[in-house]
Amino acid sequence: MKSSELFTLTYGALVTQLCKDYENDEDVNKQLDKMGYNIGVRLIEDFLARSNVGRCHDFRETADVIAKVAFKMYLGITPSITNWSPAGDEFSLILENNPLVDFVELPDNHSSLIYSNLLCGVLRGALEMVQMAVDVKFVQDTLKGDGVTEIRMRFIKRIEDNLPAGEE
Amino acid sequence: PALGESFSFLHSSFISSFWGGGRNSLTVLEGMGFRVGQGLAERLPRGALAFREELDTIKFLCRDLWGAVFRKQTDNLRTNHQGTYVLQDNNFPLLTQMAWGQQYLEETPKFLAFTCGLLRGTLSALGIESSVTASVASLPACKFQVVIQKA
Repeated sequence: MKSSELFTLTYGALVTQLCKDYENDEDVNKQLDKMGYNIGVRLIEDFLARSNVGRCHDFRETADVIAKVAFKMYLGITPSITNWSPAGDEFSLILENNPLVDFVELPDNHSSLIYSNLLCGVLRGALEMVQMAVDVKFVQDTLKGDGVTEIRMRFIKRIEDNLPAGEE
Repeated sequence: PALGESFSFLHSSFISSFWGGGRNSLTVLEGMGFRVGQGLAERLPRGALAFREELDTIKFLCRDLWGAVFRKQTDNLRTNHQGTYVLQDNNFPLLTQMAWGQQYLEETPKFLAFTCGLLRGTLSALGIESSVTASVASLPACKFQVVIQKA
């Protein structure tokens, strides 16, 4: 028995259950994002403890760490990094294969479902814990017939710690 | 190995998300485990399913299913040779996130429901109907009781 199959089947069971619980795809997408976010805020501690990566100095370093360390550690794949914006605040992760969807087919009546949306929440939650506000979304998906799966990440701003009033 | 950690994070997120509200959360969690167990068993190569005896099937759960899901084997297996089996895990990975000791015992069913379903689903796909319950005497050790339903 393979643990990769376990993971794919478990994720599939999650999506199936959410599709039962929520009327429309948009709500499922939101719930996946929210669950992902809650995973991300805890996963970052595990990641920092096990990976020994230091503080990233810019968004390019962050991209490298995400693709080459984090994805490898948690999903066993290394996406490639492409399509940097001129300002260096946006890039794409290209996933040749996606362990979440290994043997999945999207059912006909769920065309708006972003099947792997959990991943976007995980990335958003994890990066928020290291003071980065980002926007993450799927722009291509092999489940929908695209050639590759592409995740677009955009840096919004650094999150400053808020000091309570009265502290200098 | 990577995906083993990820399964753990995914499982924890189920506990938070599917808990509470007016629905029978334990049934939902058990049902999800059941579907995953069926799926895992269905994907086994044909040769793997030729068990001579019921006990061999249960041993398969203790070794191979536990190995794939928890990267270890169960610590003990007991049976009355009349269709009841008790699988014991002294250090159940999905419970080790909880505090050691007795005070959180009432919380444990939601951490065990998915795995009960997993066992029941795997057996079902192997042609064996059962009921599976779990109990915790002292964290993080637990027992899964499998009762085979006779036709």
